[in-house]
Amino acid sequence: MKTFRRVALYAGLTIAAITFIYPFLWMASATFKPPIEVGSLSLIPNHITFDNYRTMWARAPFGRALLNSAFVATTITLAVLLFGSMTAYAMARLSFRGRPVLNAATIAVLLVPGQLTLIPLYTLIVQLGWIDTYAALIVPYLFNATAILMLRQFFLQIPQSLIDSARMDGMGELRILFTIFWPLSKPVLSIVAIFTFMGSWNEVLWPLLVVRDQHLMTLPQLLTVFALGGGAGTIGVSLASAMVLVVPVVIAYAFLQRNFIESMAGAGIKG
Amino acid sequence: MRAEERSGSLLTAPYAAFLLIFAVYPIAFALALVFMQWDLVTTPSFAGFDNVRLLANDGRFWRAVANTFVFLSIHVPLQIASALALALALNRRLVLRGFWRASFFLPVVISGAVVAILWSHLYATDVGLINRLLARIGLNPVPWLTDPATAMPAIAVMVTWKNVGFYVIIYLAGLQYIPRSCQEAIEIEGASAWQRFRYLTLPSLLPQTLLVVTLSTINGFQLFIEPYVMTGGGPLRRTYSVVLYLYTNAFAYQKMGYAATIGVALALIIGTVVLIQRRTIGRTEAL
Repeated sequence: MKTFRRVALYAGLTIAAITFIYPFLWMASATFKPPIEVGSLSLIPNHITFDNYRTMWARAPFGRALLNSAFVATTITLAVLLFGSMTAYAMARLSFRGRPVLNAATIAVLLVPGQLTLIPLYTLIVQLGWIDTYAALIVPYLFNATAILMLRQFFLQIPQSLIDSARMDGMGELRILFTIFWPLSKPVLSIVAIFTFMGSWNEVLWPLLVVRDQHLMTLPQLLTVFALGGGAGTIGVSLASAMVLVVPVVIAYAFLQRNFIESMAGAGIKG
Repeated sequence: MRAEERSGSLLTAPYAAFLLIFAVYPIAFALALVFMQWDLVTTPSFAGFDNVRLLANDGRFWRAVANTFVFLSIHVPLQIASALALALALNRRLVLRGFWRASFFLPVVISGAVVAILWSHLYATDVGLINRLLARIGLNPVPWLTDPATAMPAIAVMVTWKNVGFYVIIYLAGLQYIPRSCQEAIEIEGASAWQRFRYLTLPSLLPQTLLVVTLSTINGFQLFIEPYVMTGGGPLRRTYSVVLYLYTNAFAYQKMGYAATIGVALALIIGTVVLIQRRTIGRTEAL
């Protein structure tokens, strides 16, 4: 009876795992198949072809979109780490007049659904003349309330004696933050970095609103426009373009699973 | 001024400015836009309650709201059941525990746009993978995304599949908190596996279930890229989502006042539904 249940458990887990992994494997293999083979359930192409990738690369600026996505996501992540920790440090460890208001405002911001502010933000970007600029993709994300709250929570636990002795040595607040707090905060900094980067990397609604020039599109946007506009033509080409977005993520995920799970689950719970 | 006071204000000034421009102003302007008509080209004009009246009688908007409830009625229970089942399986002593967990979480890290494109091929009527599997076991193909009756349920199943790994992590965290002593006590009492689940595990996981309900509901109201990519809102507008309608009004019709009104209404609906859910589920705790 016990062995039977053990077998059933592993059978169930295997079926579940196949359900989650197989579609992505099928997708990867379909991009190397000629159109006639795409419908087959087999993961190994009879005739391997790179035509899907050649077509996709020739028809839309995917190389440029890859660079755009990398640039936008990296800039946002660095800004959120840098500005976020400066803000969080002040909110956690310095007493100043506006602090309670900022704390309350940060929590309030997290409670407001994004759809409420989507249109006013869009009209703001139009009025600033930022349509079709990197600024439109980056500036509204320079600060992140979830990140600030997580960093603040972590900074609160660092002993005050460290700050006091550093001040005694004549260190300024920024030096205390970057030479004492940062090295101690690597776990939370990596959590913030991953969910910020992934959020930006996968975002599609905001770029769809503020960017129309193909050369400024991020990957998820170009991919969506390409698939919907019929530019792809065949399933293989459409999936090949999706691979540009997926492969870097899967490689990073393979090496940093634990960090990804901790980060993306943690941010969702707190955010 | 004290040094600490000055450093604090200086360090947080950029954030305070950011909040004013990108949070406070948009919220205030959203509420103002409700009473305005604006196409982004001409000057905005005051419209009184026109937008609100239009919204109240807009069949397309209420269709989208109804569609969302169809989505939620499938997505939320399915999400709870699947996440709970996988979490309970993972909570045992397992070979390759990390691998199972990582495979369940894989779709969470993949962009929603990719998942939508991939699944529109899996769901395709003639060449789709799912119908080919059905054909193997002798069943007729189902027009998943082109039949008004199956399109929204198909999308709901896909979204559940994409997010389940995330909720598994929430339930796993909750399972850690059930004290060993309780588990041992109930086993000594001779409770069956079902009784243990029904009277210990399930009640202990109530806070996590509440979180899953809240987050998957909010997520459901934000449905956009899936219908945008897979169905365009069809067939017969059965997969039209509120955010897709908002996007169309802003982007295709240039109706900023009306689009903002939809946004405000959506925020109110989300708030109300989540509040009702919390009240109802909170009450079951007393039982």
